[in-house]
Order: sequence, then structure tokens, then C-alpha cells
Amino acid sequence: MTSWPFALRMGWRETRASRRRLLLLMGAISIGVGALVAINGFTENMADAVEREARALLGADVSLVSRRPFSSNVEGLIDSLTQHAASLAGCDTSPCALPADRRIARTTEFDAMAYIPRTTGTRLVQVSAIEGPFPYYGTVETDPAGAWDSARTGRSAIVDPTLLSALDARVGDTLALGEARFLVTGTIIHIPGDVGIQSVLGPRVFIPAMYLDDTKLLGFGARVRYEAFLKLEPGMDADEIASEYRPQLRPERVRIRTIQSERRQLDRTLTQFGRFLGLVALMALLLGGLGVASAVHVFVKQKRESIAVLRCLGATAGTVFRTYLSQALAIGLVGSLLGVGLGITVQLLLPTVLRDVLPVDVNVRPSVKAIVLGVTTGVWVASIFALLPLLKVRHISPLGALREPFETGIRTPRDRYRWLARAGLGASVVFLAIIQAGNWLQGLAFAGAIGVGITVLWGAAVGLTKAVRRWLPARAPYLMRQGLANLFRPANQTVAVILALGFGVFLLSTLFLVQQNFLRQLRFDSVERRPNLLIFDVQPDQLESLQDEIRTAGLPLAQAVPLVPMRIESVNGEPVLRAAAGQEEGDSAASATWAHRREYRSTYRDTLVDSERVIAGEWWSEDFELEADEVIPVSLERDVAEVLKVGVGDEIVWDVQGISVPSIITSVREVDWAQFQPNFFAVFAPGALEQAPQMFLTQTRADDPVVRGTFQRRLAEQFPNVSSIDLMAVQQALDRIIGRVVAAVRFVAAFSLITGIIVLVGALATSRFQRLREGVLLKTLGATRRQIVRIVLAEYAALGLLSAAVAIVLSIVAGWGLVTFVFETSFVVSVGPLAALAAGMAVLTMVVGVWNSRAIFRATPLQVLRAE
Amino acid sequence: MLSCESLTQTYLSGGKPLTVLKDITLTVPAGEALAVVGPSGSGKSTLLGLLAGLDRPSAGVVYLDGQRMADLSEDERAKLRGEKVGFVFQTFQLIPTLTALENVQVPLELRGESSAGRAQDLLARVGLADRLDHYPSQLSGGEQQRVALARAFSNRPKILFADEPTGNLDASTGGTVIDLMMELNRESGTTLILVTHDPELANRARRTIRLHDGAIISDSDA
Ligand SMILES: Nc1ncnc2c1ncn2[C@@H]1O[C@H](COP(=O)(O)OP(=O)(O)OP(=O)(O)O)[C@@H](O)[C@H]1O
Ligand SMILES: [Mg+2]
Repeated sequence: MTSWPFALRMGWRETRASRRRLLLLMGAISIGVGALVAINGFTENMADAVEREARALLGADVSLVSRRPFSSNVEGLIDSLTQHAASLAGCDTSPCALPADRRIARTTEFDAMAYIPRTTGTRLVQVSAIEGPFPYYGTVETDPAGAWDSARTGRSAIVDPTLLSALDARVGDTLALGEARFLVTGTIIHIPGDVGIQSVLGPRVFIPAMYLDDTKLLGFGARVRYEAFLKLEPGMDADEIASEYRPQLRPERVRIRTIQSERRQLDRTLTQFGRFLGLVALMALLLGGLGVASAVHVFVKQKRESIAVLRCLGATAGTVFRTYLSQALAIGLVGSLLGVGLGITVQLLLPTVLRDVLPVDVNVRPSVKAIVLGVTTGVWVASIFALLPLLKVRHISPLGALREPFETGIRTPRDRYRWLARAGLGASVVFLAIIQAGNWLQGLAFAGAIGVGITVLWGAAVGLTKAVRRWLPARAPYLMRQGLANLFRPANQTVAVILALGFGVFLLSTLFLVQQNFLRQLRFDSVERRPNLLIFDVQPDQLESLQDEIRTAGLPLAQAVPLVPMRIESVNGEPVLRAAAGQEEGDSAASATWAHRREYRSTYRDTLVDSERVIAGEWWSEDFELEADEVIPVSLERDVAEVLKVGVGDEIVWDVQGISVPSIITSVREVDWAQFQPNFFAVFAPGALEQAPQMFLTQTRADDPVVRGTFQRRLAEQFPNVSSIDLMAVQQALDRIIGRVVAAVRFVAAFSLITGIIVLVGALATSRFQRLREGVLLKTLGATRRQIVRIVLAEYAALGLLSAAVAIVLSIVAGWGLVTFVFETSFVVSVGPLAALAAGMAVLTMVVGVWNSRAIFRATPLQVLRAE
Repeated sequence: MLSCESLTQTYLSGGKPLTVLKDITLTVPAGEALAVVGPSGSGKSTLLGLLAGLDRPSAGVVYLDGQRMADLSEDERAKLRGEKVGFVFQTFQLIPTLTALENVQVPLELRGESSAGRAQDLLARVGLADRLDHYPSQLSGGEQQRVALARAFSNRPKILFADEPTGNLDASTGGTVIDLMMELNRESGTTLILVTHDPELANRARRTIRLHDGAIISDSDA
């Protein structure tokens, strides 16, 4: 190791000739490190924010949620909890000095049509009726300030600003909800646990609970969510209480939420998103590593002669090796440090990109952990990728100074270090992926996917060189032949360029495909003449006049779909609730699932609709008639049947508004939920539910948004309890949300593309001087500028097209896998954009290639040829 | 065929101007064989490059085949070279990524002629018939020099510039190469401009000029 000082000195001197190229390599590393530092830092910031705002996320310590009013049983439990808290607070007697109701806040939430008489605007909103001191934690910011508190008593409503702009209304207007009127006294700026974009889907309206009944909206069939919030005293552990009360609450179909459970869930979602972005960032860094490897590879070839001279002068193989290794380390270190600067800058930008999709306010602050991890990873990647090609340096013999060995040259003897380096490289990629993914399986899958991607691209590159060499037609025009032949000639950059470009394109194209397919499934309008106005909560006695209304408006009338609310009473004779209540916690958790407890809104009809198909059993015939004492046939959706562990032939007894209705499963359906269509978990045969309490849903279509708006308004006036929703508006809102997420992912993926381009430029720069000499020589021998440009174009068009084509094929496979297995929908490839991407890549490569050759046209031949 | 007037070339080296060629005036009629001799560093290669239009002079003009070189664009010069000029560099300047055969073919292919036959012929005449598919780095210095000569002949130039074409060759190979050039000169009337230290070669040229410190100090024709 005594030769390190010499190695370092030589390493530094050696950079003189190629500082620009080294700078490019540093750039490639620093972009990857920058992406990592930014994403990891930001993920940490998000976790901090969740931690900080955890209590405000729920607004209380504990809450109980139910889809129906709390039973007296549950109210009793709430009372006892409150008493307990009160006693801890120092009141032993009941009633305590602190009135019990001061300790409980409640919300009642449901959807309804809001109507502003002044502007005649209507919109489906999420109504939240508030009672008590909600929230306990965090504050509600309103405009004007203080409106929240003052609105707790009067007939006033606080609304999302989006509602006002949608209805062309303003603070001070009157707002109608059902049969009640409220004065809009303010708008929400921020409410704890808020995801800004939520309000786009359904703007919220907060009203005091005391006027809830006036609206007359909570009639039969309304879908309401009741929640009671409790504040605990110090010394009471929310999670202990939750697990203590959960067994008693479950049979009541009441869910208990705590800050911890909220936080865990949010943490999981956000961290997963962060990790996913982190993996995309890691891709950029690995691409940078690839750039280093390819540069070192070419560099070693070019330096063969000077290395041989050094060896002649007495340097040992080890010294030479260390000389170049020190360069790689320096590139990694300086690149990583630059990357930290870049990363922190990007981190500051991320909240803007992710605005509206984050439920917490993130304070951006550089994270030491992310920086250290980023720099370590950067240096490591640069060195490990440089190692493999560098090992060859050790085999350059002094004799090389006399005669260059031909082409790939240094015929390396079997070298166990090379195997070690290979293993180290593979292990490093797996290790980094696992760290970044946060779990073994995903890390391995990611590393595996990278491995396959690299192998295929590599194979394509090698295949291309071989194929061109072998089959390049001797009769092809000379310029094309000359250009294509550059792909396999000594010191070619085919592999490096195809890997760099290919990976960038692969990432972009996969993202594009996934996004396309994801959006396509939400694109209900892709089917012509599909209804775009959904009308629901229609009472049976309103149905006829409502249908008249649709006809008078000249709109098409779809069949009304009946909705019958029901619950499961027993499955194959096993009562659902008693089973859950009577057993141990663990058992009941397993046996009484969401599918057992939920409220079903089922329908009955004689035919299948086009978004579903039978996968087991048989659908009843169209002229089905229920026999006098026949059990009613029912068809279940596949997932529900799976969770309930039932199949064709099993029996389910339903509780339909207190009446037991036995049924037998005669078929299981697969449903494409992605289509905007009324779909059902349970569909009954006609004949049994016609007399049950029910509501109707119907649809219509109007192409002109103005017509839709006017019609919605008329409905709101005539049928205050009926809700209608403009599916086009929902679609736009969804597009916007997804657009945000996609933008974030693209933003990070762009780093990989930029790295890819840098690696491309770097790879071309490595051979630039040689190409310059060649070009100038051709000029000396009579080649015109046009001819030289054509040679360059032929070469780079081939490189660009091939790498894009291979990458796109790879991405189609990857996209298909993701869409089919992760998103579980059908996969469609849109050829046009992908072809455009391939063409764009080819053009980009050609531009870089020509740009790289521009010096040929500037210099006079003698200048270049002298500059040996 | 070739003439120049008051040709001067000045380079900046280390910030100081260095005049390499001073006021050279010269006329070479078509079909002549001219040898340029002089000590190392006297400007022989520089003069050759300027005459062939590979560089732009600081002052003075060059006429090649009746064309004023300064009037031509880079592309037009390239065309002119492709059609009428052959050039052998002192340092050979073969294209390293092309085989010997491919190197010789380039000038013809650039003109759109298919040429394998002639290129093979030429290589055979310089004694490299069995080295067609070797890359320059696989050839010895003298072999590379002969490939460079074959390349210069390949487009049947009207005027051939050669910078020490026998510099690396033994007497007998050198002799073959000289014969080859003289044959070209006799049969096709190719004008030869040869820079050389080789008295044998200089003797066989009809006319010799001697350079010293960038100026012509003697001209056997004058
Ligand atoms: N681009 C340049 N910049 C600076 N000096 C130059 C440049 N080109 C040539 N020279 C100088 O001009 C002088 C003449 O060079 P030239 O190559 O013409 O010599 P020569 O007569 O061919 O020598 P030799 O017989 O050794 O080949 C030399 O001193 C050289 O250093
Ligand atoms: Mg010279």
C-alpha cells in the first residue's frame, strides 16, 4: 500500500486529458444521488409531518364510526368511557362538573344536493353535521377567521371554497340542503386530516347538527356515517381502550379508530409511495453507475499505451490499478457531494409537485440520514461499477508499449477477482434495492427486473453488433455501410449507448403504459352513449314523476335500478353476529370480516349487465318466476364470495329491514368495477324483494354540460332528497388527482432519463476524439459535410431505434405484468405514442451524434491531425 | 497544375508568433516530379499541407488545378481532393477502425465507385496482398505506410502529395514504392510533390527544392 501517494498523484495528473468527460460522469452520478437524497429526505419529512400532525389527523384520541345510529348499547359504552375520563380528570361523582356532552363531539355525514337559490347552482356535496367541540386537536382555519366557532349555533354553513366557485356563489348566500336553509358564513382553508383534493370530488358543507332534522334528508335508505369523537385524559391509553372495547363494538358494527391506527395507515401509504419513488430514483443512480462502467471500459482501452509505458518505467500492476481506482472514487465522491446539493434543491420543489395529494403539511428540511445514505450509495456505486473494467488494467503488460494488442485486446487470463467483482456488483444492486424498497421481496423483485432489463438490452446490443457485422449487405450504399459498420468496429459504444438509452426509454414507456391503462379503466365515456348523469336516492313514489321529468327534458331514459339495503344474518346457518360476539377476539376477527358486517345495497333483475360475467354456477333464465315456497336465488360477486368463503349451493339469510330473507347462491359473477356503472355485490332473482323497502337509481345522458346543469337544478328544486351526480365532473376530478400522482412519478423518472442522456453524451464523448480524427481524415480523402453527416446519422439512427424498440418491447412486458397483476385490469397498448417515443429517441440520439461531430466541420484537417 | 504566391504561415506557440513558412512562391507544371528536401523542422510538412489545401495560410495564395484554394469552401475542397488529389501523411493517418482494404477503398467509395478489385490490386502491388483484413494497429509502421500509399493512389489522383513516403521502409521495399510512384507519374501524368530525406528518391525526381527555416534556399529548376 506504499504506492497510494504515487497512485493519487498519478490519478490527478491523469485527469488533465479528460476533465470534461470526468465532469459528465460526475454529473451522471450526482443526478442519481440527487434524486435519492431528495426522495429519501422528503419521505422522512412526510413521516415527521404525520408524527407531528397525528393527533390532528383524527381530531380526537378515539372515535367510533358506524353506518347506522349508535344503539343504546353503544351509547352506554360511550357514556362509561366518558365517565372514566371524567373521573380521571378529577370528578368522581356523576354528573361531573364537566358536563358529559362537552366531552363528546359527533359528526353525521352523508351526501346530498346543495342548492343556491340566488344563482340556481346545484352540486352534490358531502354534508357533515357537527355537534360538540370538534376537533379537540388541531384547528380549523376558515375565511373569514373564526367563522368555525361562530357557526356552531346559528343556521349557518361553512363550505369548501370549490363549492362556491362551482355554484358561482359567495359567502353570505343562502344554501339549501333538502328542506332546510343555511347562511354561508365562511369557507374552509384547512381542516385537520384534510386531503385538499378531496374537496374536488365532493365539496364539503359543515352545518350544526341541531338543524340536521330540518333537512329531512336522513329518511329511508340514506347512506349516513355516524362518528363520535372522544378526548381522553392523560393516563388513558387510546389503543388499550380500543382493544378492550373492540370485541363489544364489533357485533354492533361499530369501528373504533385511534390516532395510532390512523397514523399507521397513513404512514404505510405515504412511506410506500416514498419508497416507490425511491426505487425509481435508485434506477437513475444505477444508470449513472453504468455510465461510469462503460466510460472506464473505453478509458482502459485508450490508456493501454500509457499504462504500458508506466509499467515499463517500473510501476507495479497494483499501483496502476490504484491510480485509476482513486479516480473512480473521486468521481463518486465529488459527484455525490454535488448530488447532495441538487437533492436538497429538488426536495424543496417536491411539495409543489405533490401539492393536493398530501394530507399533511410537510416541512421540508434536509435529512442527515438521507444525505449520508445518498453519498455512501453514490461512492459505492461509482466504485463497484468501475471495478470490473478496471481489473483489466492489472493485466496490461509492458510489451503493450511496443505493439497494441488487437481490438478487445487484453485477453484476460481467468481471474478470480473478476468473479468477485461481478458477484460484488450483483450483490450491491440487490442490497441497495432492498434498502430502498424497505422489504426483501420488493427489493429482490426490483433488482431482478433490473437484471432482466440489463440482460435483454445487453443481449440486444451484442446481437445487433453481430448481426450488422454478419449481414450488412455489401451492396448497401457506402455511407450507410460505413455508418452501420461503426457499430461493431473497434472501440464502438454500442453496448453503453443501448443500455443507457434503453433504460431511460424503458422507464418512461412503462410509466406511460401503466398510466394509460389505469386512466383508460376510469374513462367511462370511452363507450359511446354511456349515461353521464347518475340520479340516485329516488323514493319509489317519486320514480314515476322523476321519469316524466327526464322525458319532458328530452333526455334518454334508462331503466331504473332498485336498491334494497340489507345485511347478512347468517351464512349456512351460522349467525354472523353471534358468532363474532361469542368467540375469542382472534377467531371473530377472522370469521367476521368486512363482508359479514357491511351493509349491502342489493338489487334484483332478470338479466346480466355488460360489466359482469358469470364465472361459476348459472344465471337464472330471463322468464324466471319464483315458486311459492322456493328459496330466492342470489348471485354473488367473486371477491365477496371469497371472503365469505361461500360458493354455488351455499345458503345466506339476509336481514332486510328486520325481515329474514333466506337465499341460495346459484352463481358467482366477476364484475369490472372500473366501469362507471351501478354494480352490485349481490344480485337477486326477481320475485322476492319487490315489496321490500327500497330506493331507485336511474341514469340519463346529456352531451351538453349546460343541459346537464339545468336538468340537475330542476331535479334539486322538485325532488330535494334526490341526488344527482355529473359523471363527467367526477371524471375530470379523478383525472386531476391521478395527474398529480403521475406527475410526481414522472418527475422522478425524468432523473433517469436525464442520467441516460448524460451517459449517452458521455459515451459518445469518450470516442469523440477518435471520431473527430476519422471524420477529418475522411474529409482529407474527399468526403463532404453531407456525406459525413449521413454516416453519423446512419450509425446513431440505428442505435437510437434499436434501443428504443427493445426498451419498448420490455416495457410492454413489464407494463402488462403491472397492469394485470397489480392493478388487475385488462391491458391495452396504444401504438401511436410508443412509436412517437421511439422516433423521438432516435432523433435525440442522432442530434447528440451530429452535435458531437460538429468539430469535424469547423477544423481544418491539418490542425486535427497534428493534435495527436 | 500547382502554384503558390508569397505563401506565409505563422503559428502562435506559447503566445509568441512563430513564422514557419516565409514568402514561398512556387510553380509546378503538370506531370512534374518535385522533391522537397530540408532539415527537420524547416517547414516541409507545413508547406505540403498548405499546397494540398489541408490548412489555410496566414498569407499568400495557392492555385491547385487552376482553382484558387481560398475561394473554395471546406466541402468544395474536400470534393477537389476526392477527385484529383492523393495524400500520404508522414504519420500515415490510417483510419484505425477500418481494415487495410477498407482504408484503401474509402476515397473511391466516397465518390460512389465500387472498388474492391482496384484496392486489392494496389495493396498487392505494395506487397500487402495477404494483409487485407488487418486493422492498422495490427500492422508494422512500414506496412501502414504502404497502406497509406495504396490509399493515395486509389483514386488515380492528378497530383500526389507524399510526406516522406519511404521514411520507414527498407531499401528494397522503398525502391518498389518509388518505382510505383514514378510509374504513375509516367503513365498517367500524375504530378508528384514528395517530401523526403531519401537521396535515392530525391535523385529520381526531375526537380528538387531545398527549404531552410521556412524559406526556399535552392531550386534545381531555377
Ligand atoms: N500548429 C502548430 N503550432 C505551432 N508550431 C507548429 C505547428 N505546426 C508546425 N509547427 C512548427 O513548425 C515547424 C515546421 O514544422 P514541419 O512539420 O513543417 O517540419 P518538417 O520540415 O516537416 O520537419 P520533419 O522533417 O521533422 O518532419 C516546426 O518547428 C513545428 O514545431
Ligand atoms: Mg515533416
